[in-house]
Amino acid sequence: MTATSFHLTRSSPALSLGLVVALGVLLAVVIVSVLYGAADIGAATVWAALFSYDGSTEHLIIRTLRVPRALVAVLVGGSLAVAGAVMQGVTRNPMADPGLLGIEAGAALAVVAAVHFQGISSLAVYTWFALAGAALAAVVVYALGSAGRGGITPLKLTVSGAALTALLSSLTTGILLLDRRTLDEVCFWLAGSVAGRDLGLMLQALPLICVGLLGALLLGRKVTTLSLGEDVARGLGQRTAWVRAAAALVVVLLAGGAVALAGPVGFVGLVIPHAVRFFVGVNYRWILPYSALAGAIFLVLADVAGRLILRPQELPVGVMTALVGGPFFVYLVRWKVRR
Amino acid sequence: MGEICTERLTLAYDERAVVAGLDIVIPTGRVTALVGPNGCGKSTLLRGLARLLKPRGGSAYLDGRSIWRMPTRELARQLGILPQAPVAPEGLTVRDLVAQGRYPYHGWLNRWSEADEEAVARALDITGMVDLAHRPVDALSGGQRQRAWIAMALAQETKVLLLDEPTTYLDMHHQLEVLHLLRRLNREEGRTVVLVVHNLNHAARYSDHVVALSDGKVVAAGTPQEVVTSEVLREVFGVEAHILSDPDTGVPLCIPYALCENSNVRAPSMDSFAAPHTGHIHV
Ligand SMILES: Nc1ncnc2c1ncn2[C@@H]1O[C@H](COP(=O)(O)OP(=O)(O)OP(=O)(O)O)[C@@H](O)[C@H]1O
Ligand SMILES: [Mg+2]
Repeated sequence: MTATSFHLTRSSPALSLGLVVALGVLLAVVIVSVLYGAADIGAATVWAALFSYDGSTEHLIIRTLRVPRALVAVLVGGSLAVAGAVMQGVTRNPMADPGLLGIEAGAALAVVAAVHFQGISSLAVYTWFALAGAALAAVVVYALGSAGRGGITPLKLTVSGAALTALLSSLTTGILLLDRRTLDEVCFWLAGSVAGRDLGLMLQALPLICVGLLGALLLGRKVTTLSLGEDVARGLGQRTAWVRAAAALVVVLLAGGAVALAGPVGFVGLVIPHAVRFFVGVNYRWILPYSALAGAIFLVLADVAGRLILRPQELPVGVMTALVGGPFFVYLVRWKVRR
Repeated sequence: MGEICTERLTLAYDERAVVAGLDIVIPTGRVTALVGPNGCGKSTLLRGLARLLKPRGGSAYLDGRSIWRMPTRELARQLGILPQAPVAPEGLTVRDLVAQGRYPYHGWLNRWSEADEEAVARALDITGMVDLAHRPVDALSGGQRQRAWIAMALAQETKVLLLDEPTTYLDMHHQLEVLHLLRRLNREEGRTVVLVVHNLNHAARYSDHVVALSDGKVVAAGTPQEVVTSEVLREVFGVEAHILSDPDTGVPLCIPYALCENSNVRAPSMDSFAAPHTGHIHV
């Protein structure tokens, strides 16, 4: 047995170093994201916009469009990836993802309904409706998935999630068909986009996402144990009901916060934890922080790609993640799901 | 220390009681074998003893204290359970699995200690898993996998060990290996061991106490000689068997040779064939 083997609580130098490297990569892609856009703005101007702001149009673009956009992508990507990882660990279901299980659709429907029925037009109140919608959808999908004999199984949970997503999305579409004004307001948001978010909205979602991330990291070790199965975890002295409740709260905060910011962005929570597991193994103490960074990197890159592919047009980032996530989903169904 | 007993323990899933008003005493510092047909409630009872299943009535006791009154972590330091057919997450290494056995010794802040390291190394050593420690559990054979899980339970360092079918899926050699291991843990370290086994000859040979369950009730309990008899086999398993005495040790050996007429016990798959002419319907 070598000293570099990592296990329950000993930290591995290689994995710690990897986190620092990932942080560096994240910084690099954020810089790329701020540099590239519809308007050609040189690196020197970007630097000046950040550190000696003069109010010119170019500086304004950097400060109010590009920087918030990159930061939103960081927050949303990190949140969704961590939410997905927590869900996969707690439910022992490789297909768990806030998008696939209907939690993002719940948040989205709540926001659209709020805009339609209450005539709420400021993005700022999205957050609270998104959270409530996410929580409600989480409760419903869990109840549906565990109804009937045999308790909660990956297959039942996935099917319930798909059904719930379909139902909620068609309700959302229904509202939008009835009401063009709502459609105009939320159209781009609904496709999942990190563009045009102001700092105010970000500041509102930020504390929720931070609490969610912190909670997730604290839960890491417990999620690893719970991923051995309910009976084993309880036999080891874990109060699994509490861990599950805390995990659900974390997922709702992260997924709700992410949807409030960017609309429903699919597949990040599905793809990233699997990719991360490939490199760091099955210990959630490592999976969670790596997922946060990798999710952020992935979404920033997806957003940059969405801007470049059809220039000068832009593809919403949700479309980009679906392009990557769809094939990956098929791969998972084909190879990874054991019933 | 490590005395387990139950008082009017009633365990149920949904509405149906699987075990009703059960009183049993598991002898301290001994190996107890739990035997009985499929679906008679062995796993259910074990889960009830380990606090994995909340009783509908009554309680189980460890050293005179109701297990439901004990702090979760404390119980987990005294009583370990290996559920039937556990499944490890894909990619988890043996070593990481065994290290999970130290969970009850860690709060929010404790660091990994020398004691943890020793317990894990010892568990790997006793189960002969040292060479496989870095292999993923899902890439092992059934027998190796079973030993990995047992190693996890050993790392928990509990004075009571409950194991649900630890020898199922193993070949003859590895079955004996596991049974020897359990008896050694009992003889050398005084641990109380309760295991569910289907092989009655193993139960007779490797345990001090045998409990035969049928339909959630204790039909017989006592030494192997007292429990492994043709009457009990007929009543519990619905088989006719010769009972011999092992020439070396004198423990009973059973050789089943026929199914009883009018047996209450029937293989589930036969139910659909229960032809009308037998005239016997068991519900
Ligand atoms: N989760 C559950 N929900 C509902 N009923 C259950 C559940 N688990 C077991 N049962 C039922 O309880 C009864 C006892 O099951 P148990 O698993 O305790 O049997 P067992 O003696 O361990 O059988 P085996 O030898 O096949 O492992 C069976 O009739 C079974 O169908
Ligand atoms: Mg069983």
